[in-house]
Amino acid sequence: MTTAPADLGQSVTAPPVAGDAASAMPPPRVYRHRWATRIWHWTNAVTLLVMIMSGLMIFNAYPRLHWGAYGAINDPAWMEIRSTATDGYLRVGSVEVKTTGVLGHWQNEAGETKRWAFPSWATIPSGYSLADGRRWHLFFAWVLAISMTLYMLWSLFSGHIRRDLHVTRGEWSPSHLWHDIKEHARLRFPTGEAAARYNVLQKLAYISVIFVLLPLMILTGLAMSPGFNAAAPWILDLLGGRQSARSLHFLAMLGLIAFFVVHMVMVLLAGPINEVRSMLTGWFTLPQAKPAKGDGA
Amino acid sequence: MSQLIVNRRSLIGSIAALPFLSGCDALNANPEFRKILSMGETMHQHSQRALMNRDTLAPEFTRADLSPTFRANGSRMGDGPNYAAHVATGFRDWRVRVSGLVNKPLALSMADIRALPQRTQITRHDCVEGWSAIGEWQGARLAPILAAAQLKDSAKFLVFRCADKIGGVPYYESIDLIDALHPQTILAWQLNRQALPVANGAPLRLRIERQLGYKQAKFIESIDAVASLDGIGAGKGGYWEDRIDYEWYAGI
Repeated sequence: MTTAPADLGQSVTAPPVAGDAASAMPPPRVYRHRWATRIWHWTNAVTLLVMIMSGLMIFNAYPRLHWGAYGAINDPAWMEIRSTATDGYLRVGSVEVKTTGVLGHWQNEAGETKRWAFPSWATIPSGYSLADGRRWHLFFAWVLAISMTLYMLWSLFSGHIRRDLHVTRGEWSPSHLWHDIKEHARLRFPTGEAAARYNVLQKLAYISVIFVLLPLMILTGLAMSPGFNAAAPWILDLLGGRQSARSLHFLAMLGLIAFFVVHMVMVLLAGPINEVRSMLTGWFTLPQAKPAKGDGA
Repeated sequence: MSQLIVNRRSLIGSIAALPFLSGCDALNANPEFRKILSMGETMHQHSQRALMNRDTLAPEFTRADLSPTFRANGSRMGDGPNYAAHVATGFRDWRVRVSGLVNKPLALSMADIRALPQRTQITRHDCVEGWSAIGEWQGARLAPILAAAQLKDSAKFLVFRCADKIGGVPYYESIDLIDALHPQTILAWQLNRQALPVANGAPLRLRIERQLGYKQAKFIESIDAVASLDGIGAGKGGYWEDRIDYEWYAGI
């Protein structure tokens, strides 16, 4: 490995080649992810999984969401998971769908019917325990916040933000954005040297997770703490009250799950072995353009 | 038919999550791992205390912000014929004992409580379950009561013993002196300008506004000043703390 920290797309071990020679030469590799990115990525993967699953456990204790400062069983909720003796329901606003088997009314491993909102396979612990869900959530909140802070500082000072995540003027142009969206929609991904760097949609996805969703998660989490409310009441004013913070916390969680799903799909489409290996070792093999099949690419 | 599809879907979910989940359940049951998890609580307590002063107030609201109904939760009734008799006589003979590590033990009637220095505050009550209700509380400030009882230097915690039982066991809670002496800490006898309803802990409940609802002991019979929580209940400082491992520091 290189001794000096490498940037995305640097340290190419073999020059990129084109044409007929490509099949004869080993595909070029680049040192794509530095140590901090790799450590943070996997720490975050475990931490967010634990946070989401223990968070769903906590949600199960009161499966309703409100806007404003207060909100309890007699107050209007904009979202609710409820059950009757025979069925589970998810209601968002005035739209209600039956969710029997998945939400509100489902069978556990032992075949017993349970009527908590999220099923046991989605929660930590798998059995109902608000106290234990909180223990996990409130411990891993520290892991999330500390690793997040360290990674942001490293990203800032190592140039990761400026060099790899910064969206250039050219990339902001509507024609460039539209071109990338079209290429993604056709499942045509960058190859060769272009694959060594993040494309604009990748940058926007990572930026929205690192600089929007995760900080929002931490801020809304802090806003639910009565002790922290005394220390920093302005957070409540900013978010519109504690129950609004709880709703935003839930919505940001859905945003992270949406990112995770897209992330998984993209890894699978882009070559899972190469992608996972690059996040373990740092080294990424540049995908080569497939032989043209008359599409002129 | 839809049942079939749903079962298959939850089966797929089960298979995908199973190894991770059974690992988490095993860790959850491991006492050493639980000790590590519990470090989170200690870190929250110390960082929150470092970020504010002893007297930093919890946010207060106006009457326009009140919840239309203030939800009662947990025990909605004191235990036994003794408590029922107190309800029947309007708590005329109710006494709150202040004892333990004090130089002057007290036995306060409700008339005494009402004659002590008062505080009125509109605050948000947050249940550990996730819901919140805003109510207007009036009560006697705890700090002057503790001054009158003359706390000994060895006193580090207050233990509140309650007239309600859950599963046959009396409820209790405890706080440290930082919260005991906080200006918003009161023994509330009024909610929303009415006598405290039985369901909310009549005649008297604790308000410590920087912590969650289960710390707000209801039906208070006695306040004991102690040096340590060891030997009280299971030693974790409260009914729920002892039984299901809720955090003793509930500012989170």
